[in-house]
Amino acid sequence: MTTASPPEFVKRPTPVRKANRAIDERFGTQAGLRRNLNKVFPDHWSFMIGEIALYSFIVLLLTGIYLTLFFDPSNTEVIYNGSYVPLKGVEMSRAYASTLDISFDTRAGLVFRQIHHWAALVFVASIVVHLFRVFFTGAYRKPREVNWLIGVGLLILAILEGFAGYSLPDDLLSGTGLRIAASIAQSIPIIGTWASFLVFNGEFPGDNFLPRLYVIHILLVPGVLLALIGAHMGILWHQKHTDFPGPGKTEHNVVGHRVFPVFAVKSGGFFMMVFAMLALLGGLAQINPIWMFGPYDPSKVSSASQPDWYIGFLDGSTRLMPPWEFRGLGHTVPAVFWPTAVLPGILFTLLALYPFLEARFTGDTKSYNLLQRPREAPTRTALGAMSISFYLVLWISGGNDVIAKTFSISLNAMTWAGRIGLIIVPPIAYAVTKKICLALQAKDAEVEHHGIETGIIRQLPSGEFVEDHRPKPTPVPDHPLVTNDRFALPSANGHGDGDGKGLARRAGKAVSGFFVEEKETGPGGPSAPVGGGKH
Amino acid sequence: MTETSGTPSDTPSETSSDSTPSEVATPVAATKRSARKRDTSARKRGPSARRRRRSSALVLVFGLLATGVLWTMLAPTGNAAQTADANEAVRQGRALYLQGCSTCHGLGAQGSNTGPSLVGVGAAAVDFQVSTGRMPLAAPAAQADRKPPIYSATQIDQLSAYVASLGGGPEVPKVTDKELSDADLAHGGELYRANCAQCHQAVAQGAPLTYGKFAPSLSESTPTQIVEAMRTGPESMPVFGDRQLNDEDAAAVAAYIKHLTDTKSPGGFSLGKYGPVPEGLLAMLVGIGGLLVVCLWIGARQKV
Repeated sequence: MTTASPPEFVKRPTPVRKANRAIDERFGTQAGLRRNLNKVFPDHWSFMIGEIALYSFIVLLLTGIYLTLFFDPSNTEVIYNGSYVPLKGVEMSRAYASTLDISFDTRAGLVFRQIHHWAALVFVASIVVHLFRVFFTGAYRKPREVNWLIGVGLLILAILEGFAGYSLPDDLLSGTGLRIAASIAQSIPIIGTWASFLVFNGEFPGDNFLPRLYVIHILLVPGVLLALIGAHMGILWHQKHTDFPGPGKTEHNVVGHRVFPVFAVKSGGFFMMVFAMLALLGGLAQINPIWMFGPYDPSKVSSASQPDWYIGFLDGSTRLMPPWEFRGLGHTVPAVFWPTAVLPGILFTLLALYPFLEARFTGDTKSYNLLQRPREAPTRTALGAMSISFYLVLWISGGNDVIAKTFSISLNAMTWAGRIGLIIVPPIAYAVTKKICLALQAKDAEVEHHGIETGIIRQLPSGEFVEDHRPKPTPVPDHPLVTNDRFALPSANGHGDGDGKGLARRAGKAVSGFFVEEKETGPGGPSAPVGGGKH
Repeated sequence: MTETSGTPSDTPSETSSDSTPSEVATPVAATKRSARKRDTSARKRGPSARRRRRSSALVLVFGLLATGVLWTMLAPTGNAAQTADANEAVRQGRALYLQGCSTCHGLGAQGSNTGPSLVGVGAAAVDFQVSTGRMPLAAPAAQADRKPPIYSATQIDQLSAYVASLGGGPEVPKVTDKELSDADLAHGGELYRANCAQCHQAVAQGAPLTYGKFAPSLSESTPTQIVEAMRTGPESMPVFGDRQLNDEDAAAVAAYIKHLTDTKSPGGFSLGKYGPVPEGLLAMLVGIGGLLVVCLWIGARQKV
């Protein structure tokens, strides 16, 4: 008993540790903090798409706060006397004048405006791409239907928020957009006129409409967006993230990195990259040059007036719609009602209900934590491709005048191509995608049963030719089966690992088998050809 | 049969000898000369009268000479040169016209099935169409597009002079640099948005009309061409006469258009000044596309 007891390991009291201790002693946060920092998140490049949306939203908040310091959402008419000479002495609303002042007479105003606008475009785009990822991997299946619904709500709100922002500067382009929005509201039978009056505070353009829109844009919708993002991530945190099937991955575990330090550092870095990309776009590429469009005046309109990309599909549906006007029962239903009010209603309803519809049709009521590859659910993938092609035809038609001008095509030909394409392209996309999925499934089954083709043809002494096959290599886990971040992780075999360090090589590894089908590791290796692979 | 086949080759030489001006003029000159001789012989009177006549003839010669000298010294030389040049320009223009334009517009510019009459369109229309390269037409299409002009500036002036000589029409407008620099840009902008933007787009980048016709981009148009287009209304464009837009207004619109198309974009790359369509494309390709590449990069890094 003479041996001295080992000295007690005491962590050096850094300021962070001191603060943490102080907080813990008062609020008892340590256990929760420890538990959450130890939470494991799976790794896959496609799981980071949703983060783009989150980070661009943060950028939108930051730049938006700066812009609110200088923007004046007022319909009051003023005579412009700022530094943009070609508008000097022109009568305009204070909203437009203050946007000009932000652009030309405010320090860093223009770059903040441009980052804000680019971030808005990327925000909605990343939501859509995130939606694709969730859809095509079946991540919305039970138990995650509620988060799917919240996601659809976020998408719709993001589109509304973007449109409100596009409409605020009161330039010729945004006023034209609002004029169309007012017409859409008025096209709704029975309630249309009153709905329009309610939104625009009377006849378009309402006297005191911009302050309302401003409240919607900077308070109401962002508040709801923030709350829904909180709910979206809270549910994700609670239900844990899905993962692709792999070695050591089951329906009942999560394999990956802990929140602290790896996931936090990775996400922090990714936030910086997103911010950098948006700042680059905002600093280098001009967006929405409102000074060139002039102040809004209901009597004026520019050709090639387009909405931002996320409204483009509605513009396209309007351009493709034949002028069918319904009159009867004392009401007139203008043609614009169907492509701009009914169509998005149907599309977003179908989108929201899809998880429930799929469960209903397949009779599958089980819960899933493991994802599917798109080929494993050919009908779903084909439906997705069909929907995307439908959307793309509408989207392209929304810019058909610019396309017609750029490529010297008749605008009428573009319109008819859109009308016919809207009917025939989606079924083709469905059929082709389903066929591809089934063919990939057949190939997977082939590899499973017969091994991988080596491309080596041998002639047997009998004169017969045979092709060598080698068995499918056993997948090596991406992570050690015991989660521990301190060990170097073995590289994924058979997934295009190699000596290369270039971006393409890394990308090849990331998409796991897409760029590089297989790799010979040399004779005698685990993946060496197995001789005489007759079958 | 042989005689009839021979006549066509003979005919030109006969007609040309018939219509030679000298041969026609000679008999007339001869009669005048003989008439003067007869006149002088009839009025022979005496030496004093002869002397008087001689001195008055001298006075007359001197007067004529003095008038000639003074005229050459005092008269605006440009006028004389211009008159000579104008006739020459019309003649040259007619030759160019017959060679390059008459196939469609007809030998007398009276028009045909393939081209409109040019009588009364004026020099401005010719200068616009030819200096923007729209005429001569490359091929029949929904609308002629701008291309490098085939004729030199002098030739275009000659063609314009010829067509103007057929009668009427607006003259080539003179838009001076001073007019452009003095123009009220804000006023021009108001006029542009009210009259031009609905076809030519807010930033004068052009936009399509129906069935392959289009309102062209005005990036390459010179101020003179812009005013010419207003005055002559080429293709689908309406005419904006000087009762709608006076010369000052027209110059202001031209100055505003050139400001739109030539000024450097304060916000960076202008993306063709076409608004949300190219912006959306860039957001897709570079914005979300670039960030997906970043995702792949980070995702791949994680595994090693």
